[in-house]
Parts: sequence; structure tokens; C-alpha cells
Amino acid sequence: MAVIRDMMPAFELFQPTSVDEALDVLERHDNTWVLAGGLDSMDWFKDRIKRPDVVVELGSVSELTGIRASGDGLEIGAMTSLRDVVANEDVRSRFGLLADAAAQVATPQIRNQGTLGGNLIQDTRCWYYRGGWPCYRAGGNICYAGTPRSMNREHAVTGQSRCVAVNGADTAGALVALGAQMLVRSAGGERVYEAEDFFVGPEIDIERMTVLEPGDLLTHVHIPGDWAGARFYWEKVRDRKSWDWALASVAAAIVESNGTIERARIAINGVAPTPVRLTDVEDLIQGMPANDDTGMAAGELATRGFKPLRHNDYKVPLARNLVRRAVRGDMA
Amino acid sequence: MALIGQDISPPDLRAKVTGRARYAEDFRAEGMVFAKLLLSPMPHARVRSLDASRALAMPGVLGILRASEVNQPDAPGEAALTDEPKYVGEPILALAAVDETTAADAIELIDIDLEPLPFAIDPLDSLRPGGPDARLEGNVRRFGESGPEWDSLKWPQSEFDAAEAEGRLPMGPPEDEWSHGDLDAAFADADYVLEDTIVHQSLTHHPMEPRSSMAYWEDGRCYLYGSTQSTQRTHQALAGQLGLEPDDVVFVGQYCGGGFGSKIAGATIYQVTALLARKIQRPVMMRINRYEENYIGRARPGFQAWTKMGFRSDGKITGIDLYIVQDHGPYGRSGDYNTAGAVTDLMYQPDAMRFRGLTLYTNTPPRAAQRAPGGAQIVAMLEPLVDKAARELGIDRVEIRKINAPTHDSEFGPQRATTTSAFVREAIDAGAAQFDWAGKQALSGQRNGTKVTGVGVGLSPYVGGSSGFDGLLLIRPDGKLYIHQGIGNLGTHSMADTARAAADELGLEWDDCAVIWGDSSQHHPYSAVQAGSQTIHAHTRANYAAALDMKRKLQEVAAAALGGAASAYRVEGARVTGPGGSMGFAQAAERAIAMGGEYSGQELPEDINNYTRGSATQLAGQGLMGVARDNFSHEGSTWSWVVGFAVVELDTETGDVVLVDYTGSADCGVVVHPRSLAAQIHGGSVQGFGQARSQKWVYDPKWGVPFAHRLYTARPPGILDVPLSMDWAAAGEPDPQTPIGAKGIGEPPVGAGSAAVTSAIADALGGRCLCRIPLTTDVILAELEGRAQPHALTEIHS
Repeated sequence: MAVIRDMMPAFELFQPTSVDEALDVLERHDNTWVLAGGLDSMDWFKDRIKRPDVVVELGSVSELTGIRASGDGLEIGAMTSLRDVVANEDVRSRFGLLADAAAQVATPQIRNQGTLGGNLIQDTRCWYYRGGWPCYRAGGNICYAGTPRSMNREHAVTGQSRCVAVNGADTAGALVALGAQMLVRSAGGERVYEAEDFFVGPEIDIERMTVLEPGDLLTHVHIPGDWAGARFYWEKVRDRKSWDWALASVAAAIVESNGTIERARIAINGVAPTPVRLTDVEDLIQGMPANDDTGMAAGELATRGFKPLRHNDYKVPLARNLVRRAVRGDMA
Repeated sequence: MALIGQDISPPDLRAKVTGRARYAEDFRAEGMVFAKLLLSPMPHARVRSLDASRALAMPGVLGILRASEVNQPDAPGEAALTDEPKYVGEPILALAAVDETTAADAIELIDIDLEPLPFAIDPLDSLRPGGPDARLEGNVRRFGESGPEWDSLKWPQSEFDAAEAEGRLPMGPPEDEWSHGDLDAAFADADYVLEDTIVHQSLTHHPMEPRSSMAYWEDGRCYLYGSTQSTQRTHQALAGQLGLEPDDVVFVGQYCGGGFGSKIAGATIYQVTALLARKIQRPVMMRINRYEENYIGRARPGFQAWTKMGFRSDGKITGIDLYIVQDHGPYGRSGDYNTAGAVTDLMYQPDAMRFRGLTLYTNTPPRAAQRAPGGAQIVAMLEPLVDKAARELGIDRVEIRKINAPTHDSEFGPQRATTTSAFVREAIDAGAAQFDWAGKQALSGQRNGTKVTGVGVGLSPYVGGSSGFDGLLLIRPDGKLYIHQGIGNLGTHSMADTARAAADELGLEWDDCAVIWGDSSQHHPYSAVQAGSQTIHAHTRANYAAALDMKRKLQEVAAAALGGAASAYRVEGARVTGPGGSMGFAQAAERAIAMGGEYSGQELPEDINNYTRGSATQLAGQGLMGVARDNFSHEGSTWSWVVGFAVVELDTETGDVVLVDYTGSADCGVVVHPRSLAAQIHGGSVQGFGQARSQKWVYDPKWGVPFAHRLYTARPPGILDVPLSMDWAAAGEPDPQTPIGAKGIGEPPVGAGSAAVTSAIADALGGRCLCRIPLTTDVILAELEGRAQPHALTEIHS
């Protein structure tokens, strides 16, 4: 069969108006695909690599959109646009970390169309995998990106397990650092996951980026009030200043008192198949002054055991320095 | 007031702003169907068998076009379709169907069996003993005494071993070599000598508008709507490719969403649209998508180079030894590397220079001129090294460029050519003043937290004009001047700006002029390709020549009607006035039609091109015609210059670089259109910023498959990679070898932008040159952290 790319094939489109209706469609059909903003999905469709028979488009499910108070925190519908997340006053004033991360996703046009849920569950951008190569992640039996001659400048330096792809979601690290929970619904009911458990690495399931299975919908993200108003640090390093994924990013929430770190929650992304929460670092810096020495120690610990590939050694000092800056409290 | 030197609105502005401008993809014809391409998934292969029967049986499928049905030029020429694809993405066949969805589904039903053939992605791999050749004929083509010949060139292993031991580029026997002066003496005379291996990657053109086209046939005549840089030349080339007379082809291309050298004479793929339309007897639209454009849309050749440069303590460059291995894809023969040698000699004026180089066929997309071909690469590569010497010798970096810059009499290159003018120092001075070089220099090395400021300067020359083309003008009985332009409209305003030479000579207001462009049925003169910054020079000359012819005819027509000597009549204010009275242009046009002969185009000058003759003959009898060949003298080659000045902030903990300030200053002769000049300087420089910093070209070496084939992986610069404000300046000195005094400006800003950034980054790094382009964040951070670079010394597609 000859191969053709960048031309979308036909599929059956459903546009439900409620979560129940959406779940029902997913339950009744095989080979389904859930479509949010479409920015990840359309790439796959146009390249004819992921070829669902049935696409369930969630744009008309109003219960999935919006940001509202929930306990002492916030609940954000998965279909809320990244633009609305960035613009929301509660997000900005209390959980600015998420607003900062969402504001650096791609471009204004993409943030208008792209959703928080879609950003979180986006597939990896490993160019072998995205190119349709039959790798482990695609159900094959090899990783093309991890060989000594592979082009893997943008791949993982830690958490590799047969697959060396990275998670590219800017908002994922921020939500891990904010201690968010992900609300998932399926025909079987609702489940709640801690953000850091929501993302799965290849050692758990090499063909998925998150816990979501066919028939599951990420409906809402709950951000607890625990870190509201903390000192936040977000930084994303990329090759160009728009429409680019992170070479590495850091998201940190730190509470200080009298110059001493009382508690912290830190995640890095773009370095592993999942966002990586740095619990050892959080423990290390507790009770220490927020300065460059602490930052350096944190950075060193964060990157201990990293295993760079042929072309991505730079990610080790990059991740180290990003953690260092987050801890010492630079102005991002 | 003369139009030259004023800002005017080009005649296409309203259509572009309102969206009424029609690009190739916007055209429709009754019964139109769509074509899609089957591209090669392998870097080099042979079609062993192909069965399209299942595809052709699909409802809605109208036919296919195979390689055997298109013109197959002799090697190393490129065909529009091939059964021996030589790069991933090369078109094998085209299929037409009622819509694109059906066409794509049908292509998937084609059973194709490809026999993989050896392939070469990195030119140096091809030169190793036993290394692969990109083509079955070999990896180099040279021009011997008995004509062109192929060779499978391999260098001895000992050269690769020596190069590795010495940490330099392998340099076996070159295919091209020239020199002047005594190089050994020049280096002996030097107080400071540097040596470096430098790599510059290849770069895809990425115009916003891909090379889509629509074609249909009527009464044996082919109508093709496409995107091109040069209308008349595309019309002529397309007729040649289709084996037709130009009269049997109508080419329409009024708007072009960018070419940068990739659409100089249209596109090879246009043949497919035309031939498929003829075969299936339906109008065919072939929309090229971004993925396809990446492959068939051309690219700039990459260089793996080595240089040795000697400097005297006063900053004078004594000697330059330059070796370039060029990667130029599977077809044709790019001259970038040779141009790079000439540019080096021109801009640094060493006492002695040796250039050596060779160009290798590889299984990567076909190369073509890309905005300052050869020049943009080499200046970005060498300018930071000149900085290094300046720093070492304690000389101001702007000063060292002025010390070495050529003057009007300077010679350069293998033929010891001369230039028509070189107001390089004037351009540098104007730019340095505008940028405040002295003040900004003080920022160099200044630290603000983790950020360090770097200040850079990059000088960039490029060819800026040709001559000998034709101008074709008509005053119709409506009294308007119709300026027929065979050049294209790729956003540079050339088709309007070069018309001013005629309008000014005839004393007309801009509203009295109409520019005719972009449609061969409207009759164009023989014109320069709109490439190599030729047009502002070539066509101000041609239009001026035609205007002089027209002015004489106006005077003679008026004298014949009103009496008196023709020479006593003045042409001004859309009137011809003299001893016998005055007549308007409308009346003069009517008189010319009545008089016939040369006045209305029935008789034409002997020396105009046959193409112009055909166009003029079609227009004959419709008004008063001015038509002439540009016979003005033109001694020496015409070069323009841009010097770029940049300030960057480099983050020493991340390797991130922010460009905060930029000024470009030109020597482009007389400034014809200030606003358009600013757009050229700034737009070209932005292209250079991407070249220097972010734009990628990545191949898997084992499989020969590219990855930077989407805009998001190729990473051309975005708006946030550009400083908030950018300045420009110009020397404004007229070139003495052209009547209007204007030289082209499209090319040199790219190298200026790129070199200013590579220079500024080296400055921020305390003078360390990383000798690699692009200088991406990972490369910079590895250097800052003293870690292994993400690439081997000569690795090129990373």
C-alpha cells in the first residue's frame, strides 16, 4: 500500500451535547477517538496514521467548559480553552503557575482553539513515532530514537523504558506542582487521579501517555487551595519563542517564611515520558534558605542518574539549571 | 516631483489587504478536478512494479500520470515524476479524482514495489572509501576536456584519519580550485592566524504559499495558474517543458506568496498539472500541502568548511585559505560554494587567497538558489572569526571590517573581477551611526543576573543587478501609460518600483500609470528572472530605455502634427508641448495609431528579444509604443551590501538567546522606494535570524529520512524571535554604471541578519566562536557547561 500524508481521510463524526451522550457513543462504537481542540488529533488524522472510524467531538458539551470555585480551590472543565485559562482572574491571582504555563503553549491562535484537557493528554512529539514508524509505542518491537545513531536531541534523559519519547504538555508540570486532581468518567463511573499519577510512562503502558483508556473522558481538573498564592516559578526553554514545545521546563510552587523554604512542590517536563515530580528535591530543600546554594543542590539532585542519549546531553545541565533557578527564586 | 525616492502604494496593495488577490489555489474552472502526488518513502529506490488498477477502479478516479509521460531530462536534470526517486518525498506519480479525499484514498490503493538503492545523506560519508554514491552514475560530475563526466569520488582513509587526529574537516583533492597571490607569504606576513572547521546546515525555503497550480486546455492551448517569482521566464520555461510554442501557453501568476529563490521560473511540478489535465481532458487543480512543499520546495545547500585566515596587527587580512564541501541534493549543480569563495575574496580583500571545494550529490531534496545563495552561508560562518581576530588584535570590530572592505577599484575572485561601485564604508558608517555602535559597544559583556549582553556586526555583499533586457510601454488613447512588466510579484514591489523609471522620464504622476503584470496573455517583454536581486537594476534600466524611445516618438508625433522640430518639444505633465502648440498623451496615442510604423509598434527595433517582439506585435496598433533593449553600458559586476548590527541577551544558565536590537544598513545605490527597502532589509534579516538560531534540517543517517519536514519541526523564526523595533539606514550613493543608480537589495540582508546574530552570540560568549550554524540553545549550553556538543565536528544534518 502506498503511503500518502497530510490529507485527512473520512470518518463518522459525533457531536454530543452531554458527557453521558458522549460516553454512550464511545460505548457503542469501536475504534473511536475523542476530539477536543483538534490540534494533536488533526495531525494524526491528516497523516493517516491514527485512523479512527468514529470521532466524538466535545465542543458542544457545555458541562466540560468553564472555571468555577470548588471548595478552597478551582475546578476547570477539560474543554476550557487555554486562552480562557490564561485570562481567568482566579487562575491568575491564585494559581498563576498554570496561567504562566498555559500562556506559553504554542501561539495565540492555538491557545484559542486548544483546550486544557487536550494539552494535558496530547501525544508525544517523538518524530519517529509521529512519522508512523512501527516503534514500541506504535505497537512494534523497536525504538528507533534510542539507537546510537538516532536523532534524539529532543528526547528523554530520564524515565526511559524501551521508549525515549517525552511528554510535551506545558500545563502538565504546572498541575503536578499545584497538586491537582484529574476527574475521569467512563460508562463505569467517575475516577479521580492525582495529577502525577495521571501520566503513565512506558514501563506501565508504552502505548499511552496517560491513564485514559478507550471509553474514558477527562472531564475536569481540580486544583486544591493548598498552593494558592505560593511563590510560583515557571520557565520553558525552547528553540524559538512561539509555536514550540519545551526542550525542558520547570514548574514550582514554593512556600517560604522568613527566607526559608517551608514546603515546595516541583515538577520538570520535556525530559521524560511523563512530567517528573521531584519529591526528593522537595524534601531536601525543606527548611533551607531559598538561595543559589540550595538551588544548585536541588538541581544536582534532580538530575542525578539522568542518562542522556547521543544528542541530548545538554538536557542534563538545562534541567539542573531550571530547577536551580526555580528554587533560588529568580524572576521568571 | 519625481516618483523615484518616494513611498507609493503598489498597485496590488488593495487586493492583498481586502483578500481579493487571487493566488494559484484560488482559481476555479468548470469541471475542475483535483490531483494528489505519490511521494517516495525511500531516499533512493527504483520502482520495480506498480499496479494502479485498484485505484483506477475506484469511483471518482479519473486517471494517473507516470514518469514515462513527462519530460525526462538527461542526468543530472530533474524530471517532474520519476521511477528512480533520489530523495524521500520525490514525486513518483500523480493521480486525479473528483476530490482530494478520493484522490488520497486511491493513492493508498496503489500497489508499489520499490527496490532500495544505496543512498548518501552526508557528503563526507559519500567520500569515504567504500562510501555510498547518491546516484547510480556517481557522486560528482565534473567538466573535463571531453565534456561533463561522472565519477565516484573517494578520498583515502588516511585523509579521514588525519582529519580526525587533527580535529578538522577532511580535505582530499578538491574538484574546484583557484587562488591569487602568494598564500605562504601572506600567512608568514600575518601577526595572527586562525584556523577553524565550520558547518552550515541546509535550509528549506518554506514560502508561505506552496507551489500549487491549476491547469486546463482549450483548443490545444494550455492555461496554467501558478505561483512564480518571474512571470515571463516561467511562461517561456513552461512552454519549453511542455514542448509548446509560448503562444500556445497562457501563464497566470499575479501574486506569489514567497519564493526566496525556490520559484525563480515557477516549478517543475507545474508540468504534472498541465499534462494530467491534457490526459484526462479536465481542468486539474494540484494543491501542494506543507508536507509536499517541504520536499519539492527546494533548499539552500549546506557547507562543511575549513578556513585559515591571517591578520596583520593593524587588522589587514593578509591571507585566506578556504575549503568547502557542499551538499546539493540529487539534481543539477548548485554554485553556492563557488559564490561563497568569491564573496569571501570580495569582502575581505586578502593579499592572497586560495579557494578549494567540491559539490556532492546526496539523497536529500533538490537544492536551488535561496536568497543570497552561497553568500548568506559564508558570511554567517566567517564574520565571527573576524571578530575573534579583532578581539585578539585589540581593534574595533566595525573598524576591522572597514579596513578590509573593498573600494570601487578592488578586484576579487578567480577572474579578478571588479565591481561597478562599492560604498561599503558609507553603508557601515550610516548603520553604525543609526545603531549607535559606539554606545552599544559599551553593553558588550554586561551582565544582568544570568544574562550577558552580546553585540554583533555582520557584513554581507551580494550580486545586485544584471542588464540587457527589454522594456515595453504603451500609451493608449485613454492617455494612460501602460508599463508591461515581465518580472514577477513576490511581494518586493519590483513590478511597481521599476516602472517608476519610465513614469519619471515621461513626467507622469503615478495615477497616470498602469502596471501590467502577471498574465502572459497581457504581453510581457523579455525580462530578467526575479532572482539574485536583479530586477531593480535590470528593469529600471529597461523601462528607462523604453521611456527614452517613447519620449522621442512623442516628440516626433507632436512635431508631425503641430509643426516644428521634434527636439523642440518637451514632454511633461502628460503633455507634449513645443513651438506648434501642445497635445495630450491621449491625442498623441491616437496620432501614433494613425501614423503606424514604429510609432504604434508595427515596426520594431532590431535588437529586442524575440519574446518581446512577439508581445509587441500583439500590442501593435493599440497606442503609442515605447520599446527598447537596455543597451546602457555596464562595466564590472554589480554588488550590493548590507551590514547588520545586533544586540543579544544570552542566558548563561539555559543557552537561550533573545535578540533585543537590530539595525540593517545598505549600499544599494539610489533608494527607489524607502518603505519597500525597509521591508527588504528587515524581512531578509529576519530570515537570517532563523538561519542563525532556530531553523533546522534533520536527517536520520541510518534510514535517510528527514524529520524537520513540518514548520513546527523546521522552526523558521516567529514574530516573538524578532526585536520589537528594527531600524534601517542606507548609504544612498548612486551606482555610476546604471542610469537610475539603483542596485538590488533582496539578497544581502539575509547574511547580514545571520552574521550579526552569530557575531553577537560569539561576543556574548566572550569571543568564543562555536563554528556552527544554527547556533541553537543546546549548542550554546553545551559550550557554556563545558560538555560534549550534541553533534560531531562535521556532522551536518543534526
